[in-house]
Amino acid sequence: MSIASTQKRGFGAILWDYLTTVDHKKIGNMYIAAGAFFFILGGLEALIIRIQLVKPENDFISAGLYNEMITMHGTTMIFFAATPLLIGLMNAIMPLQIGARDVAFPFLNSLGFWLFLAGGLLMNCSWFLGGAPDAGWTAYAPLSVVSPGHGTDFYVMGLQLSGAGTLMGGINFLVTIVTMRAPGMTYMRMPLFTWTTFIASVLILFAFPALTVGLFLLMFDRMFGSAFFDIALGGNSIIWQHLFWIFGHPEVYILILPAFGMFSEILPVFSKKRLFGYTSMVFATILIAFLGFMVWAHHMFTVGLGPTANAIFSVATMAIAVPTGIKIFNWLATMWGGSIKINSAMLWTLAFIPSFTIGGMTGVMVAISTADYQYHDTYFVIAHFHYVIVGGVVFGILAGLTYWWPKLFGKVLNETLGKIAFWLFFIGFHLTFFIQHFLGLMGMPRRYWVFLEGQGLDTGNLISTIGAFLMAIGSVVFVYNVIITSIKGEKAPADPWGDGRTLEWSIPSPPPEYNFKQLPLVRGLDPLWIEKMEGNNKMTPAEPLDDIHMPNGSILPFIMTIGFTIASFGFIYQVDHSAWLIAVFGGMAIALGTMLARSLKDDDGYHIHKEDLEKEVD
Amino acid sequence: MLRWMGKFKALIMLGIVTLVLTACGKENLTALDPKGYGAEKSMDLMILSTVIMAAVFIVVMLIFTVVIIRFRRKKGQEDFIPKQVEGNHTLEIVWTAIPIILVFILAVPTVMSVFDLADEADASSSINIEVTGNQYWWHFDYAGEEIQTSQDLYIPVNEKVYLDINSTDVIHSFWVPTISGKMDANPENTNTMFIEAYEEGVYWGKCAEFCGPSHSLMDFKIVVVSQEEYDQWVEDMQNVDPEVQVEDAVAQEGQELFEANNCMGCHAIGSSPVAVGPNLTNFANRTTLAGVEDLTKENIVSWLLDPEAMKPGNKMTGNYPELTEDEAGSIAEYLMQLSHSDITPESASN
Repeated sequence: MSIASTQKRGFGAILWDYLTTVDHKKIGNMYIAAGAFFFILGGLEALIIRIQLVKPENDFISAGLYNEMITMHGTTMIFFAATPLLIGLMNAIMPLQIGARDVAFPFLNSLGFWLFLAGGLLMNCSWFLGGAPDAGWTAYAPLSVVSPGHGTDFYVMGLQLSGAGTLMGGINFLVTIVTMRAPGMTYMRMPLFTWTTFIASVLILFAFPALTVGLFLLMFDRMFGSAFFDIALGGNSIIWQHLFWIFGHPEVYILILPAFGMFSEILPVFSKKRLFGYTSMVFATILIAFLGFMVWAHHMFTVGLGPTANAIFSVATMAIAVPTGIKIFNWLATMWGGSIKINSAMLWTLAFIPSFTIGGMTGVMVAISTADYQYHDTYFVIAHFHYVIVGGVVFGILAGLTYWWPKLFGKVLNETLGKIAFWLFFIGFHLTFFIQHFLGLMGMPRRYWVFLEGQGLDTGNLISTIGAFLMAIGSVVFVYNVIITSIKGEKAPADPWGDGRTLEWSIPSPPPEYNFKQLPLVRGLDPLWIEKMEGNNKMTPAEPLDDIHMPNGSILPFIMTIGFTIASFGFIYQVDHSAWLIAVFGGMAIALGTMLARSLKDDDGYHIHKEDLEKEVD
Repeated sequence: MLRWMGKFKALIMLGIVTLVLTACGKENLTALDPKGYGAEKSMDLMILSTVIMAAVFIVVMLIFTVVIIRFRRKKGQEDFIPKQVEGNHTLEIVWTAIPIILVFILAVPTVMSVFDLADEADASSSINIEVTGNQYWWHFDYAGEEIQTSQDLYIPVNEKVYLDINSTDVIHSFWVPTISGKMDANPENTNTMFIEAYEEGVYWGKCAEFCGPSHSLMDFKIVVVSQEEYDQWVEDMQNVDPEVQVEDAVAQEGQELFEANNCMGCHAIGSSPVAVGPNLTNFANRTTLAGVEDLTKENIVSWLLDPEAMKPGNKMTGNYPELTEDEAGSIAEYLMQLSHSDITPESASN
């Protein structure tokens, strides 16, 4: 009896701990867990799409359901899988890399996470409430405005919620990196992953508001009778495409730049050699981000913007190949002359180089607007951006997870299973997507529910579907690896790879809640490596041992999110019945009331005392 | 060593498979065997860019392979610490400058061809056709000739034809891969594009902008015929008399039903501004029914009984009086009589 009740309390306590936590590591882990959940969901949707396209004129699912699948696959993968997985890693790792004890705004961090999760769950509720959004993940007006049912309303409110969360995350990272670097950690000594987190956060800050504006216009058109996109009433539907892609193109770099950062961490460690051309890597990152805002209309070459616009956006887009090329060659040069150890984290990294190079090259090819008149909206484009997003971002996330897993969870993932997962996924990936370049050119537009018999598209689609299943099996092996490691894995030391170069490897795995007992003194790029080369096994402290000030946990972000979610349901359904306005005002009252409570009540946090710290062993 | 050889074999196999598939692609559908001005321009740049990209890829892969084989940690090297190289200015300048040159080589022909394809200088002296995208069919209005048709677009070979493309509902995109790249059909403006086909034949057209449930069923055709055949076709189309009685008894019954049910409210026959539904002039000579189905009496009957089953989300479902199977059969018989020209898709293929 007593044991059972202790366990029950134990579970409740853990749940409460996670609901109220403001610890960046726990929030990071929750981001990763939620991102993984949505990744599996998006993956299942992808499999259903591929089953439908396994043979010509298949009737596995109806046209309407197929459109819901493609819409939810794209939206889920970009907003609820790739972005949170990356934000999770940034959250968990970046403060450790700059020698900080938490992010600048721990409360905001928690709020950001809950808003993202609420947005993702809200949108998926639509499956059970009359149908998911079906206007494509790009939700082009006027199709999205006239789309019947509440699907697109869920799309709007879900993205609005999670977008607000992401924006908060971006601002938080920016302030953290600007203000909370350890003594001696100058900008040009920051690890590349921290640099790319910084730049990606700048992109979030400037790109997401464009999406927010677009979504508001769409929301008002659908729910409150405005006519921003209604041509008959003097609106303009093309403006949606501009707003969406002014956000959408930088979003690609929000995803790929942190992945670049992770590869730039992993390659030096497993080559035992410092990153080649650090300065040019930093400036290439900044240049890519800057150019990323200048090229959105290359998604719109066939809209009819005219030859001048098409020519300018073509050339601007091609220019991005230059800094990207610099990065590829710098990575190769990092390995040149090194001592390369190939484990599963490194396999993902090595596989990234050719895969992403193909994606980058087809990127230059679609930038040529004359050629894009053929590529646009076909499977060639599908192949191109999956080479970038899967071959770049997903490989990066899986490499980063494998590399930092011991730091996050204190255990090293099983190597054999890691390698099996890699080979299945890698081969499956190329089988699925390489052939799609040709399917596109052979006349298969994207978002086609069926392709016709006798158009030469059968074999290619069959190969593609087989590849998709290999990727799925690879993902299952990866998940199995995670489960088996958490049950059986051995405890990892502070620096399980033995060649760690950056600050996160100087503290225990997983780190204590305060991260650094004493803030470290940073003497150059790769600070831990510098200390190792001088025979010190640990960082020199930059401050005497003293009390550590910690923020208090809080349930308020969770309650605030509940309020916003109730209001979102209210917005969606008040179209049907004005009684739902009660939910709008009630939800907003909860959210605003919580904000008021937070503003009026002082929360000074607490201190971990020096005496307690002294008792703890390193 | 052997492991890497194995990997190369896989790559070579993949290459062979792709080459075979490249050659396949269906004639008059694939963009890889261009037979028109725009498609040829696109193909030229595809080839140029593929060659440059392949060269870069080979260089990257060579360095990549050498690095992995030569610098892989071997037994007994666990404690070896490589020289920590910061960078190398000469190298970094080289791999910045070469891509800039390559981008320049691509940019110049790109800009030139973009302006070339947007040239509207000959528009006034050429055939002008207004193309309208609808959920889920295409309307063609030969402004100068006062001809309206739908689904099959007849044009003369080796002649510049200007298309003024727009839409009545959501965004569509007009794409005939073998003849030309695509152009969006927007509801708010008209986009102009010219096409020129080099060979007679029937070419597949596809809607390339996501437009709803039947997006994948919105196919159309371009029928390219000789100049003489085209002139003949124009004359035939101009002389269509929608009032003329068909001869067959069943078809006559169908014609009466067609009129009694006010089908003309949406479907015009002959030159008419009515374009709520597809114009049915010359219907019997269509290449397909509803974009993708074979044009047979049975298919027309099943369309008339349940259009939703053939084309989910179409605008006809529920907007016409219910028909019995017999009535549908008579109407189908009537529609199959609507042959207004001897110039057919078959004559283009010969």
